[in-house]
Amino acid sequence: MRKVAVVAAASRQEEKMLDTEVEMMIPLITEVRTRTGLDQTDIGFTCSGSSDFLAGQAFSFVMTLDAVGPVPPIAESHVEMDGAWALYETWVKFQMGVIDTALVYSYGKPSPGSLQDVLSTQLDPYYVAPLWPDAHSVAALQARLLLEQGIITPDELADCALRTGTVESREDYFSQPLLADPLREADCPTYADGGVALILASEEKADELCERPAWITGIDHRIDAHHFGVRDLTAAPSARLAAKNAGAHDGPIDSTELHAAYTTHDLLLRKEMGLDIPKIPQRSYPIQADTLMASGLLRIAEAARSIWDGSANRALAHATAGPLLQQNLVCVLDGGGD
Amino acid sequence: MGAGGETAAVIGIGMTNFSATRGDVSMPGLVREAALRALEDAGMDWDDIDAVVMGKAPDFFEGVMMPEIFLSEALGCVGKPILRVHTAGSVGGSTALVAASLVHSGVHKKVLTVGWEKQSESNAMWALSLKQPFQVSINAGAGGYFSPIIRQYMEESNAPELIGCMVAFKDRQHALLNPYAHLHQKDLTFDQVVESPMLWEPIRYSETCPSSDGAAAMVIVHESIADQAPNPAWIHAGAMRSEANNFPGRDEVNPQASRECAADLWEQAGITNPREEIDAAELYVPFSWYEPMWLESLGFCERGDGWKMVESGATHIEGGDLPVNCSGGVLSSNPIGASGMIRFAEAALQVRGMAGEHQVAGAKKALGHAYGGGAQYFAMWVVGADKPNN
Repeated sequence: MRKVAVVAAASRQEEKMLDTEVEMMIPLITEVRTRTGLDQTDIGFTCSGSSDFLAGQAFSFVMTLDAVGPVPPIAESHVEMDGAWALYETWVKFQMGVIDTALVYSYGKPSPGSLQDVLSTQLDPYYVAPLWPDAHSVAALQARLLLEQGIITPDELADCALRTGTVESREDYFSQPLLADPLREADCPTYADGGVALILASEEKADELCERPAWITGIDHRIDAHHFGVRDLTAAPSARLAAKNAGAHDGPIDSTELHAAYTTHDLLLRKEMGLDIPKIPQRSYPIQADTLMASGLLRIAEAARSIWDGSANRALAHATAGPLLQQNLVCVLDGGGD
Repeated sequence: MGAGGETAAVIGIGMTNFSATRGDVSMPGLVREAALRALEDAGMDWDDIDAVVMGKAPDFFEGVMMPEIFLSEALGCVGKPILRVHTAGSVGGSTALVAASLVHSGVHKKVLTVGWEKQSESNAMWALSLKQPFQVSINAGAGGYFSPIIRQYMEESNAPELIGCMVAFKDRQHALLNPYAHLHQKDLTFDQVVESPMLWEPIRYSETCPSSDGAAAMVIVHESIADQAPNPAWIHAGAMRSEANNFPGRDEVNPQASRECAADLWEQAGITNPREEIDAAELYVPFSWYEPMWLESLGFCERGDGWKMVESGATHIEGGDLPVNCSGGVLSSNPIGASGMIRFAEAALQVRGMAGEHQVAGAKKALGHAYGGGAQYFAMWVVGADKPNN
């Protein structure tokens, strides 16, 4: 496989942002281009991820393309997925040998609507979505099964909440009322508006653009069944498989950036992927600020940052989509190259 | 030359019947109908497929957010990778190109790609006209957007007024040769096209595409597998371009993104004279006048001469030297998310000699083309009966 690295990143998250998607993305895209000294005409491929259901507008990404300034025309694509999958599509383009640099970005602004309800439109439209189950209630179904089968314990949930910063102490955790039985507020995400932009470069270019490129040594993504009656809700085999295929276990992992919006997801992902709780804490936690469509790509940006600042040599970034960790992507980044 | 990386080919193609309402199938049923036909054509089973790439236009058309997530089982994806592409109207073409890139890159050997739309689940006009704060909505639909551009083309090129009607009549005649087409207007006359109601001057009702339900699927494989297949459609070139919707000096009639996409495509395919070297073309023509406009933009003729090709019958399957949209085109079937993929798949059917009654005899090289947004997103490919010379 051709070597590809993340060489620049810019991101922004706020609970409620007044800027439009274009206003939010212009400074981020400008920042990564400035940092690498690349003009848009130097960039071989541009790819983004977003959802019309957040923007409330069909073809919403067409408007946001203005933030890139595609004049003259560019080679460009878009996925209706988290930006981590836009990065995957771009990585594939590098493997074709047709590009040396790329811009990848994604964004989401859930604040104008009720994401809890919007997410129910992602469920099976014939049997489940008409019931409008909200996201926390769906997460609670999984949490209930995990607890009843003894796969996780209430103490582990409390410790996870403490570790991810949603409570100050165990006592705080257990004193919280149940929000979606058996989940407490500290188990559930706070949604945020936000965006992230990255520059990728091939081995021929990366060293020119970045002092310590974060090399992608493995990347893979998989999906599980969707229907709740078909899936084992206490497992995420797609996360396990993606981690294995991305070579997560080929060497020690110094830092993990998991797209875990619930404490239950953090615990289940670590079990499935065989990941210890690392000494280096995550740089940011989706449970504190989850930006649908951007959280996954932001994990990759954060993992790259931990390589750039030397705090990690080998970092694992994870992205998820769909209800209850249905679809998972794992990207392993390395500071030393491979 | 070539699309880049490993050589890839289409060895399986499947389409559904297209109609205003496919009330006989669910969304999973619709995508499976096309996917199963493509697998059968390829002599493959679900287990043979390494990855799936799905394309679809706005999720508001069905009211399901990111529907690939609930279609995981229906597309045999459990435990596999699935990508969901959305690049406006060009999406069906872009989706095929992303699927091809998975093979060109050497990442996968056997990829299933599906484009679909079930427009009957909602109202496309509503889905396209959601009110946005601080934005002016023209609430005129796609026809209202494109009609001024078409008028500009007519003025610039001095095209006779009825060229659009000729395209519409030709594509509806072609559709009679395609059993899957949505519109089968056996008794339609040219005069009826001309006399049909004017919707957005100069676009008449009969010069517009229908709203359809439907899906198209392809199996794209690595050279090592395609070599075993009886009649692969080899991918000679693939290109995508996008440009902004609005900027000073933008040529909306013949967008720069379209011209540059075509130039890249012909270079990859080693084609210097498209008119001579392409045997059949499937162009994305949702409004009749876009046939002459794209013929010019793609370099099949000089600027201003596209309407002359139409008028001379050059694009008709009977007697034309460059038959365009032998399947009936978007004017006869338009499940939006699939429409681009249908163009790409029809091009592949032509070079495989499998287009049935709408086959262009001896077609060796064919073009698949799609566009979207305000004529700002472009996806194109060239497929051939022979392997590309890399």
